[in-house]
Amino acid sequence: MTAVRIDIAEKVFPAVAGGPARGLYHDFRLEVADKSFVALLGPSGLGKTTLLNIVAGVDRDFKGRVTFESKAAPRIGYAFQSPRLLPWRTVLQNVTLPLEPGSASAERAKAVLAEMGLADAHDVYPERLSLGMQRRVALARAFALQPDLLLMDEPFVSLDEQTADRLRDLLANLVQRHPATILFVTHDSREAVRLADRVVVLGGPPVRIEHDVRIELSPEARRNAGEVERVRGSLTSAGPALAVARA
Amino acid sequence: MTAVSRLAWWALSLGVFVAVWWLAALYYGDPKLLPTPPLVLDALIASAKAGALFSNLAVTLARVAASFLLAMIIGSALGIFLGMSPTADRLISPWIVLFLNLPALVIIMLCYVWFGLVESAAVAAVAINKIPNVAVTLREGAAALSRDLAEMARIYGFSRWKTLRHVILPQLAPYFAAAARSGLALVWKIVLVVELLGRPNGVGFELQTAFQLWDVATILAYALAFGLIVQAIELGLIQPWERAANRWRR
Repeated sequence: MTAVRIDIAEKVFPAVAGGPARGLYHDFRLEVADKSFVALLGPSGLGKTTLLNIVAGVDRDFKGRVTFESKAAPRIGYAFQSPRLLPWRTVLQNVTLPLEPGSASAERAKAVLAEMGLADAHDVYPERLSLGMQRRVALARAFALQPDLLLMDEPFVSLDEQTADRLRDLLANLVQRHPATILFVTHDSREAVRLADRVVVLGGPPVRIEHDVRIELSPEARRNAGEVERVRGSLTSAGPALAVARA
Repeated sequence: MTAVSRLAWWALSLGVFVAVWWLAALYYGDPKLLPTPPLVLDALIASAKAGALFSNLAVTLARVAASFLLAMIIGSALGIFLGMSPTADRLISPWIVLFLNLPALVIIMLCYVWFGLVESAAVAAVAINKIPNVAVTLREGAAALSRDLAEMARIYGFSRWKTLRHVILPQLAPYFAAAARSGLALVWKIVLVVELLGRPNGVGFELQTAFQLWDVATILAYALAFGLIVQAIELGLIQPWERAANRWRR
């Protein structure tokens, strides 16, 4: 059980190098149900990464609170916008370091790496890999943890379309087998419709929820470009309350 | 480069140095003021046979090791602290500049005057000379620590020890290497001055005796012996460690 309730009364981005302070969030509320896949869709620079950092607990400079409806503190996996791997540790070490020590963890890490197509890269240092492979290692690190809450910050950006598509399939696959609550930040509405079961369209600043759309597409329909395109149209035309896109 | 070719280059480089020295000594023609390499070797063997060479080298090396370790530990802790706390840095960095520019001789004299002509005063004087250099180097390293990786470690629940070992220390490794290398050279030079001024043994004391007798061969013999030891530390300790710490780089 990991539902998340986000309640930000005020978040101000401090003035940098002479520029004025910017109010990012003002009375912003978002509830994320347990085991739901929520895509946060909005233009870059809006403050979506800041929202993930607030949920992750690394940004505490705000008024408000984030509560988790779970017994213990949730295990959080975070796929950052850049891979953020430790360059001086091998691929396998990067994936196993957040895990409990032990052979079971090592086996799980190896299994996830194999699913990512990185079975023969265990002992390679990250800087010798392409960016696409580094991203896959970062995803493997987040998945191997079997997180209760998975935060993803445009994890497929700046990859070629083919690789990104393969990784999206992989993500959908993994989520089916290990359900988790997912907050997925993107500016690509196609990606949002294809993966999420709820798309929250953000506008601003200050950030507000423009549309909140439930996506009820079958896994097959999600792979169909025409279907995705049709639902994507409803994201902008939907009413501000809660629209439901059915297939 | 393989170990063999590294050693070959090292030998070639030092071989050229000895050849230039030998030619210069022959051309100058006064073996008392500029002895040839064989004469220095003779002096080296003579003091080795008398036992003075090894006991003096051991005493000096022990002082170098003690003050080097002391300076590295205190200097690193201070530097990392200053790099992480801008307030502390603003408060303390004028002191660092002051101590960086205080002549080694002044620190040595004050230590001897205040604490007496004792071993601990000698070691402390050398360490105090070196601490500001280490602190300045490590401060740069700590100020450049990646915030991205620190956040990653926090979100993934790394313990303090895990963060230190896998996230922070690898980022500081090049700064430790730089501080250690320049530190070793500086420390052993200052140790000799400390010995010359207030110790009854060690290479510095022995050099003073040789200096009073204008015994250039013995002076060069001790310099040679210590030079070889420092080269061995560089080749056998610092360089392999640096290679191991850098093998992840492309």
